[in-house]
Amino acid sequence: MKNYYTKEVIDRFLNPKHFGEMKDASGIGKAGNPRCGDQMEVFIKVKEGKIIDASFRTLGCAAAIATSDVICEMIIGKTPKEALSITEEEMVKELKKLPAVKVHCSSLAIEGLKKAVNDYEKRK
Amino acid sequence: MEKIYFDYAATTPVDKGVAEKITPFLEEKFGNPSSLHAFGQEAVFALDRARESVARFFGAKEREIIFMPSATVANNVAIQGALQKKEKPHVVTSAIEHKAVIEPLKNSSAEVTYLPVYKEGVIKEEDVKKAIKENTVLVSIGYANSEIGTIQPIGKIGKIIEKENEKRRNKIIFHTDAVQAVNYLPCKVDKLKVDLLTMSGHKIYGPKGAAALYVREKTPMSPILFGASQEKGFYPGTENVFAFAGLGFALEEIKKNDSEETKKLRDRIIDFVLKEIPETKLNGERERRLPNNVNITVEGAEGESLMMALDNEKIAVSTGSACASNSLSPSHVLLSIGLSRERAHGSLRITLGRYTTEEEVDYFLEKLPPIVERLRKISGK
Ligand code: FES
Repeated sequence: MKNYYTKEVIDRFLNPKHFGEMKDASGIGKAGNPRCGDQMEVFIKVKEGKIIDASFRTLGCAAAIATSDVICEMIIGKTPKEALSITEEEMVKELKKLPAVKVHCSSLAIEGLKKAVNDYEKRK
Repeated sequence: MEKIYFDYAATTPVDKGVAEKITPFLEEKFGNPSSLHAFGQEAVFALDRARESVARFFGAKEREIIFMPSATVANNVAIQGALQKKEKPHVVTSAIEHKAVIEPLKNSSAEVTYLPVYKEGVIKEEDVKKAIKENTVLVSIGYANSEIGTIQPIGKIGKIIEKENEKRRNKIIFHTDAVQAVNYLPCKVDKLKVDLLTMSGHKIYGPKGAAALYVREKTPMSPILFGASQEKGFYPGTENVFAFAGLGFALEEIKKNDSEETKKLRDRIIDFVLKEIPETKLNGERERRLPNNVNITVEGAEGESLMMALDNEKIAVSTGSACASNSLSPSHVLLSIGLSRERAHGSLRITLGRYTTEEEVDYFLEKLPPIVERLRKISGK
């Protein structure tokens, strides 16, 4: 049978590990797509130059939730600067594939992360 | 629980009896109705019978029924056909028409008035009267809306147009797209006072690839497709006998008492959701609404993700959220009844049908609340 989303997307969407507000975040970034109404927030906690925890809050489609979870997972253990070099392609790879119309949902996650890192830099 | 289908407004399965009756047309009875030999005549017989049953259902004459491959083509033939050879035509329609009406209008040279439907999702017939002008050629109003299920006062509009026509030379043509209405609402063309009516086979437990356009006698219409003379020249091409026969049989199976049962199940869903799930709203008025349509907004959750989570529980529904559309724009119907983009974002459409059971509804109502709760946790709203 053909499925709209890969199993990887569905698994992440159904059981995201990194969602939720972070009370003691070192940086918070908000991104949204005013056109379709999607909203996302990324929280990062940085210690000794490294991201030791990350979480998200996302109001959006299954792909947006899955990519939010992926990005949080990918940045933990990286320095904020390294985290910024993550590309859409790398995230999509984690999920095997995204429907073409859904690729923009992963840019939402990247946008959120960028803003979280900026916020962290500002607060430093 | 097996897979649950709550998307009957999108399409319906073919009724078993209907399917049985039409499979012979794929193999033994494959003739071309244009052929004069026995093979062909067998097909002619089937087409005649189907046309008879469509005519009977709508209280029309057989020669007023034209078979079409889909409701979209039927609407194009109706709209473009009514506008052709008219000078500076003006058309009155509503803001919540299906794309199959809006797009042919947008792509025509006509000046179009889109009537508001207010928060109820229903037009006011006085608005039709006010919108009619000297050069109005066509009024096209859908009978029941596919997304929010609201029912338009077609008969009353028909009366207004009839009156208007008494005093004018250039008569206004009245068209209704009745695709969603046929299963549940009275459809006699003389009661509705329509000149053109579109209906579709696959929404009434018939096969896809079959639709019909009713064209009242003497309605000034020009064909827009050209070829041989099948379907009075409005839809030339070899007839899809299998599908058209199926449409005829499917109409014979429509029973009005279906409505009551379906409505009870619909109301169970609406009542439960509004009461048990906080921050939910019904989109479109409840009273003037198809008995099989539920359209709700769930705040703090997005429709596509609701739909995918339900799909994971083997429940098929649909949504008007931008995230589920290729254009990434929210449903124009939801925006037209005054929903903000955010509220359209959280919409969910549940459409029931002939095979919906109480157990299925129970199962759905058990699965929905935890899904909403989980998605709200993820969104933090
Ligand atoms: S969040 Fe709207 S399409 Fe993915």
